[in-house]
Amino acid sequence: MLLAIDFALLLEKLILVVVVVFASLGIAMYTTFAERKVAAILQDRRGPNRAGPFGLLQPLADGMKLFFKEEIIPDFSSKFLFVMGPALAMLTACMTSAVIPWGDKIDFFGRMVDLQIADVNIGILYVFGVVSLGVYGIMIGAWASNNKFSLMGGLRAASQIISYELAMGISLIALLMITGTLSLKEMVVQQQQGYWNVVLQPLGFLIFLICSFAECNRTPFDLPEAENELIGGYHTEYSSMKLGFYLFSEYINMFISSVIMATLFFGGYDIPFFDESVLAPNLAAILGIVALMTKVIAFIFLFMWVRWTIPRFRYDQLMHLGWRILIPMALFNMLATGGVILYFNK
Amino acid sequence: MSIIQIIFLLLSVMAVGSALMMITSKNPVNSVLWLIVVFFAISGHYILLNAQFLAIVNIIVYAGAIMVLFLFVVMLMNLNAETEPVKNRRLQLIGITSGGALMLIIVSAISKIDVEQLVQINAGDSGLIKVLGMNLFKNYVLPFEISSVLFLSAMIGAVVIGKKEEIENKK
Repeated sequence: MLLAIDFALLLEKLILVVVVVFASLGIAMYTTFAERKVAAILQDRRGPNRAGPFGLLQPLADGMKLFFKEEIIPDFSSKFLFVMGPALAMLTACMTSAVIPWGDKIDFFGRMVDLQIADVNIGILYVFGVVSLGVYGIMIGAWASNNKFSLMGGLRAASQIISYELAMGISLIALLMITGTLSLKEMVVQQQQGYWNVVLQPLGFLIFLICSFAECNRTPFDLPEAENELIGGYHTEYSSMKLGFYLFSEYINMFISSVIMATLFFGGYDIPFFDESVLAPNLAAILGIVALMTKVIAFIFLFMWVRWTIPRFRYDQLMHLGWRILIPMALFNMLATGGVILYFNK
Repeated sequence: MSIIQIIFLLLSVMAVGSALMMITSKNPVNSVLWLIVVFFAISGHYILLNAQFLAIVNIIVYAGAIMVLFLFVVMLMNLNAETEPVKNRRLQLIGITSGGALMLIIVSAISKIDVEQLVQINAGDSGLIKVLGMNLFKNYVLPFEISSVLFLSAMIGAVVIGKKEEIENKK
């Protein structure tokens, strides 16, 4: 029964998967470049400008450098797990993109192609599940390094991610009460017709934003790799491309969480103050992708701006913020949202 | 063999195989990692039964949160094969006997079940989030609320145990 697979559909999805994965890798690659340029601008420097015009080939040069570095494997507890760590970090970073709606349908020679790999009805929970698995890459790598500092970094990462996941989940519950659906596509369609969710859930968005900084291990939450306390944190023992994988997965995570925030709170591929349905479907879809990418770039810039502005938290401040400020705020937000919905439904 | 049967067999082999690996591996960290693989296989079974919500919640709660805590504890206590205490023969024998007896009971109970009635592959909607929510908050609201109070009391208990020394010091 299931063997009768629609091969055209299979091919379509396969192409979409390849395009999405390579696009997110490419974007992450140039995010590393953008980070150095933004840092340079914020610190009144020029930034990388030697490789290629405007230094545009810099990411390639960085990648080459990592590939040619000597690979040092320490006297470890497990070689398999030592390799598993960065691989898992990369895998979980790439997996999230499966449920994101990148745009509306495209008319491809008479065939309507959905610009989303899988429109599952538990979309947002899938994202949450993959995010919660992301910590394994760091923890396994840290433990397999057989190094105190790595282990401390890994444990910090794990406790940080678990703590902030709670507030993130509760802020999402308030959002889900408003939208009444778990499908990301459905949420975008709702926002196209009504208001963006950030208008309805400003506090929820703020909590979600702070938590996604923490989940991506970005400054001010980059305690797992705090170099003045832990040398290099969980990737102290890593060199060559394995280190590259860890660093790179952070940039992919940053890109993906920007996409998620744009989709959940800022209308996804919706063009503000404009009715897309008057355009031809293909043009509308392409403009939608452009709109989504503009929002994503704005978020990525915010990530960098914060990184080069705010210093790192102390560990007790991190835990205090997570457990005593964000979680009560998220709980209050959830109760208030529920109360308002109940009041207006009467 | 249909494709569902093939997937079912693969998942079952994965589940049972990694469960065996979990029990037999000497290193506690490896045991925890194998247990995570077991949870993934079970989530795969849930998806075969069209219970996507259950599958993803299983991954979020068990693989994503509880197993991280397990790993946390194992890593912090720095358990490894050398320091693992070896149980004596008598305890091992008792363990094997009781485990075998439990398996006998489960096998005999399962063999009585009419499989056709029990398993509805990729059909039925009892695992979908809407049906599940309706069931929990309409038909089973009292047990659901009582169990959540139970969780709350367990949480408070954990905090009290964790803070015990601090409170005694203050006195």
